[in-house]
Amino acid sequence: MDQIVPGGASATPGGLLYSGNDWNFQIIRNCYDAIQEIADKELGLEIYANRIEIITSEQMLDVYTSHGMPLGYKHWSFGKRFIGHESAYRRGLMGLAYEVVINSDPCISYLMEENSATMQALVIAHAAFGHNHFFRNNRLFREWTDPSQILDYLEFARGFIARCEERHGQRAVERILDAAHALQNQGVHRHSGARKLDLKAEQQRARARREYEDSMFNDLWRTLPSDVAGEKDGLQDSATRRRLGLPEENLLYFLEKNAPRLAPWEREIIRIVRMVAQYFYPQPQVKMMNEGCATWVHAYIMRRLHELGRIDDAAYLEVIHSTSNVINQPGFEAGGGPSFNPYALGHAMMTDIARICVEPSDEDRRWFPDIAGNGDPVGTLRHAWAEYRDESFIQQFLSPKVIRDFRMFRLRDDTTQPYLLVDAIHDEAGYRDIRRSVALTYDPGTFYTEIEIVDVDLLGDRTLVLEHRSRKGQMLQPSDARQTLDYLVTLWGYGVVLKEIDSQTGEVVTTHAVNPPG
Amino acid sequence: MVHAREAVRLKREWCRPVDIIDRRPNPHGKNIENRRRVLERARGAVQKAVRDSVARGKIREIGQGNAVSVPSDALHEPTFHRIFTEGTREIVLTGNREFSRGDRLQRPPSTGGPGNGGGPGQGGEKGGAEDSFRFVLSRDEFLDLFFDDLELPDLIKREISTTENSVPSRSGLSNEGAPSHLDLGRTMRRSVARRIGLGRPKPDDLREIDERIAELEARRPLDAEEIEELERQRERRSMIRQRMARIPWVDPVDLRFRRYTMTPQPSTRAVMFCIMDVSGSMTERMKDLAKQFFLLLHVFLERRYKKVDIVFIRHAESAEEVDEETFFHDPRTGGTIVSSALELMRGIQRERYPSGSWNIYVAQASDGDNASSDTQRTASLLQDDILPVVQYYAYIEVSGSGAVIRGETDLWRSYRTIAEQNGHLAIRQVGDRKEIFPVFRDLFSRQHDHAEA
Repeated sequence: MDQIVPGGASATPGGLLYSGNDWNFQIIRNCYDAIQEIADKELGLEIYANRIEIITSEQMLDVYTSHGMPLGYKHWSFGKRFIGHESAYRRGLMGLAYEVVINSDPCISYLMEENSATMQALVIAHAAFGHNHFFRNNRLFREWTDPSQILDYLEFARGFIARCEERHGQRAVERILDAAHALQNQGVHRHSGARKLDLKAEQQRARARREYEDSMFNDLWRTLPSDVAGEKDGLQDSATRRRLGLPEENLLYFLEKNAPRLAPWEREIIRIVRMVAQYFYPQPQVKMMNEGCATWVHAYIMRRLHELGRIDDAAYLEVIHSTSNVINQPGFEAGGGPSFNPYALGHAMMTDIARICVEPSDEDRRWFPDIAGNGDPVGTLRHAWAEYRDESFIQQFLSPKVIRDFRMFRLRDDTTQPYLLVDAIHDEAGYRDIRRSVALTYDPGTFYTEIEIVDVDLLGDRTLVLEHRSRKGQMLQPSDARQTLDYLVTLWGYGVVLKEIDSQTGEVVTTHAVNPPG
Repeated sequence: MVHAREAVRLKREWCRPVDIIDRRPNPHGKNIENRRRVLERARGAVQKAVRDSVARGKIREIGQGNAVSVPSDALHEPTFHRIFTEGTREIVLTGNREFSRGDRLQRPPSTGGPGNGGGPGQGGEKGGAEDSFRFVLSRDEFLDLFFDDLELPDLIKREISTTENSVPSRSGLSNEGAPSHLDLGRTMRRSVARRIGLGRPKPDDLREIDERIAELEARRPLDAEEIEELERQRERRSMIRQRMARIPWVDPVDLRFRRYTMTPQPSTRAVMFCIMDVSGSMTERMKDLAKQFFLLLHVFLERRYKKVDIVFIRHAESAEEVDEETFFHDPRTGGTIVSSALELMRGIQRERYPSGSWNIYVAQASDGDNASSDTQRTASLLQDDILPVVQYYAYIEVSGSGAVIRGETDLWRSYRTIAEQNGHLAIRQVGDRKEIFPVFRDLFSRQHDHAEA
């Protein structure tokens, strides 16, 4: 390992990094150095240590299946995802991403061997610097995830589940995993503040805690007559509820702690699913920003490499071509649905913010007095990447220019009307409405279904009572809800009732009740 | 965790190191186990899809691109999620060219407006919209599923009992045997041990003494001391020689031979005789049914045996061996004499496929029509000559749509009598293409035993 003085020999432009399409490890290394130079000096990115892994397309399919995680426990649902990807890929319906990057420390980026030298450089800039910086700095990731532990924890999880399969049989393990997977979107803490997971302590304590809990008698289910005797009233009820931590939005947490019929290893499996779900919880909330950040960073770095004479024109054309493919947003007529291409919107907004900082128009000065013309595009972006999530970012930064460029318009879909009404377009009157609506689609409250456990009938048949508060006409998909409740019953062991409540009127719209079989 | 690594480490004060790792040589197929679990979970559905695809008459393509679709509820992963059914919602779309505020648009024909979910990236896939799931199966997986729970009757028992093939296989050591089977390594190991144990002098010792004696003898005259040494050396030499003669280099007790025992080898070859009536009464449709059956049997046998020969015998008034093309496509007319085909089959079998080294299967298809004078002869040929040497004899009778035979044909009746006493003769009637597979399953299902009881 040699020490190179900053600003020394390596800092001087060294001519072309490569020419043509072929890459080798030396080229990758040189590209990395050149990119790092720019990322560090010009953008001031702060990153986790990088690990770059070259893989084949076949391995890329594996990586897809496990959300980029290099290891995972065995479960058929991963196989299902794998077969889906594989068959789409084989039929040519889907191209593989050039890269996958995971939020861990060190930050692992996967590069496909089929990529050209230019693509490898682009991907390094995109993933190993853009995403990496975002993972390390964004508030959501800082607060919710522990990237230095995740790989070890997954290793532990895989080993634990494999051991359970050995001891209790694959079927018994699958029963718990199936059920826990169905509930994993309801298996995260959303509101309880910054509770960063310490996954290492998690696995170290796991066994000891289980043993301790085993040795404890769970007082909760003792239904001695003397306890019940005279006072079955609200007072005792509320005390019990408090003891159980009700209402509880994290269904898996509640089940893990309180389900009366689970064996300790079953609780641990639920916990594993919960931990993994919690780890991935921030990702969808910042997806657009994350991709926007990475795309903007790679576009910037590749442009600078070209300006510095490190890559030739052919390579730069390839960069432009592939970037514009990625950030393509088809209009509604071309099948662009109500959800945006996160790369497109993200990149457009990042570019726009940089523009506002440097060359603001009058309109920008009116809309963004704080940043317009501040002359520090990189600093402004870095601040935004660190402090916002998609919803608040859009609320704050979606500019009239971007709305115009995308030619956004808003439809009002009222099921009582036979038509759809265009109620806002990209004009002065519509900007704010559109911005609010776009932000709303990125609101976690919109895309997560929140269900709370509100009560449990301790003195009777132990029926668990859940509530889903929503608006009329936006209730749970009934057949799925029922099947998911079946899984909940599997874990709880007793009957479950789910009430769907119109949060405006408080009226119970539907009730699903499932009793344990037999 | 890191296998092959072509890692380049850089360390600078102001940056963090990068590892560049070549993972390509790492084991691939991490998901093979997960994939297997999917198949297991959806086994029922996949199996049904496989059989449907065969029933649709695609049997010729068996083993080629085996993509099957199963209804996705077999693999559905339910979650709690909201759907929009009524009320109002706002949707932002891009690419507006002509709309201005207040325009009214026709509701798109699909229910629920554009997209069901509303959340980013969760549109179609969530609202129960996944209707089928596509598998690409390998040939082996396909056939496995296809033939799952089918079994050739009495496969093992008959194989072992009827084969005369046996091959030598190693089974330990013995202390006698042919010189060509001598295990030199073991023999010498024992010889060394014995020589050390009994203290056989080494050839080097002898040579040393010889040299010393020669040296002394060459140096005459010798003084008294030297003469005494010469005597001593000579004495020692004769002792050593004696001892070496008494303790041989290799003794018979050292010898070890590789031992072989002959183990009966189940035959991995099978021959399948396809016998079909091509007389005028067999229509193309009936031949097609028969063909389906033959093909199924062929695929099935192919999976069981390394080598499967097929012999096509067609008959009308007389029988002849033909190639596949002629067998299925060359029309013939005339009356029917079944026994001619059985005789020919028996002849070919005797000549080319001795029952000791071949597993013999016969599939016969006919419309049950036979010259009445021949039926008796056919039955006795079958019972006395053929059934004793074959593993399995399947007879299917195809009934024509026009001439549905209510009762039983002569041939059927006589076969049935024989089948009552012989478990490995199976007879079934088939009326329609759809029935081919069930009949096939029926013939080869594992519970075959109680069919014959």
